[in-house]
Amino acid sequence: MNRLAGYLLCTFALGGVAHASDGPTAPPGKDPAAHGKATPRKVARTPARPAPSRFTPPPANAIPDDEFGRTVRLGRDIFVHTQQYARDYVGNGLNCANCHLDDGRKADSAPLWAAYVVYPAYRKKTGQVDTFQSRLQGCFRYSMNGKPPAADSKEMTALVTYAFWLAQGAPTGTRLPGQGYVKVATPPRAPDLARGREVYRSNCAICHGADGEGTQVNGEYAFPPLWGKDSFNWGAGMHRVDTAAGFIKANMPYGLGGTLSDQEAWDVALFMDSHDRPQDPRFKDSVAKTRDAHHDEDCLYGRTPEELAASLKKRAKSGK
Amino acid sequence: MHSLSKLGLAGTLAWTASAVLAAPPAIVTQGKGAAIACAICHGEEGGGNAQAGYPALARLPAAYIAKQLADFKAGTRRNAVMSPIAAALQAEDVDAAARYFADLPRPKPAAVAADAALVARGKDLANSGDWGRQIPPCFKCHATDGTGVPPHFPPIAGQNAPYTEAQLKAWQAGTRANDPQKLMRTVARHLTADDVRAVAAYLATLGPQEGTK
Repeated sequence: MNRLAGYLLCTFALGGVAHASDGPTAPPGKDPAAHGKATPRKVARTPARPAPSRFTPPPANAIPDDEFGRTVRLGRDIFVHTQQYARDYVGNGLNCANCHLDDGRKADSAPLWAAYVVYPAYRKKTGQVDTFQSRLQGCFRYSMNGKPPAADSKEMTALVTYAFWLAQGAPTGTRLPGQGYVKVATPPRAPDLARGREVYRSNCAICHGADGEGTQVNGEYAFPPLWGKDSFNWGAGMHRVDTAAGFIKANMPYGLGGTLSDQEAWDVALFMDSHDRPQDPRFKDSVAKTRDAHHDEDCLYGRTPEELAASLKKRAKSGK
Repeated sequence: MHSLSKLGLAGTLAWTASAVLAAPPAIVTQGKGAAIACAICHGEEGGGNAQAGYPALARLPAAYIAKQLADFKAGTRRNAVMSPIAAALQAEDVDAAARYFADLPRPKPAAVAADAALVARGKDLANSGDWGRQIPPCFKCHATDGTGVPPHFPPIAGQNAPYTEAQLKAWQAGTRANDPQKLMRTVARHLTADDVRAVAAYLATLGPQEGTK
């Protein structure tokens, strides 16, 4: 029984990695997951490995004490204390490390080391091949609701150097386990605002505030705001309910990752993303037009929860 | 009268500092019936007693202190010394003591000889945690440098090591079960005995902290 469960889990996990359709595409023929899938007997004979081993970035205290290390440190400072170190480029109250936990090292929390090795890559969102720099510029534009630092700026160089340092020894051009956020299966019941509000009240409000406003200490956010003017804007990845559910499922409540059910993660993600936040910087003419031009995804931009539920149902049926 | 005697007793205190301190309420200095005076164990200045492991109360948010006393009474937090005292406390005394201690500056903890490697390990855990073992950094919830995020996340910097150690063990053993959402019990479960000693030793080296109320 355990062996079978382990095998199924393994196949599923590998398949999930190989077929995750969102984000950059790995070059064909380089994916170890595809190889594992083609030889199931081999996998079946190694029952004690339910998940592929994960890349481990070097520990923070291993940053070298030289000129290179100084730039790595600056990158880490910008990443963790974005409000202080990259103030000019931020238009809200967030720091990079709010969504990329453990200073950008935590697996299933969009770790920097895994992001670094999948760029340059074609992205549907921008309709072009993005370099790692242009991908980071997107973070500043949407998640940080700010204005992107130039590709050759001191800040960008430091961030890229920090990511490069974290990724040392990792293979390039391949999706590493733990990359991005986990994909949470479409829940059995359509995501629901009332249930989401209840999940929020009993699990999230203690840190993020009764109304998603975050908690400040001495004028700085100790816990980030989840909606409103100081949060990510309508163009950020986290405004997608499926993305938010994946982040929440693996990482929230902080320190209690994995304790919410899939249904609870979807419900509370819907609740969070149903609130108003800064406008999508790509806004043109009207919400409906902007939605049609840029929001072909599982989100509430110009959509009702019912419309989103219908789209999720259709997607689940078609198996995409 | 109280502020006068304070000036007389603690002549080293700057006059301006002592002038802003409110006179301690009777429950703190004299107690009431079975509820013995808070100051006997926690000190009139709320500095606690490191040798005995009695916690510093100065700068703890009033709502946090009041909740702990209610939890001692309810039994979700248990301690042989404190439980019976809490049970004997009246609501107005809880309120008066909580407000008094919350307003005090946290005194500098007595210097303790601690192993440098142990303190360094505690510093690492407090600042970075160890996510490979599902340990989040202390300072993510208790704020940078452990100054606390009121009312649920108390200041932990400058607290004496025996007390912090005892609390982490109480979370592990379940004799303290009054944390919201099992947040502290979950973290404590992942800590080894050495982690507990390291974190407690490091936090005792910090301070005094102004923190927030």
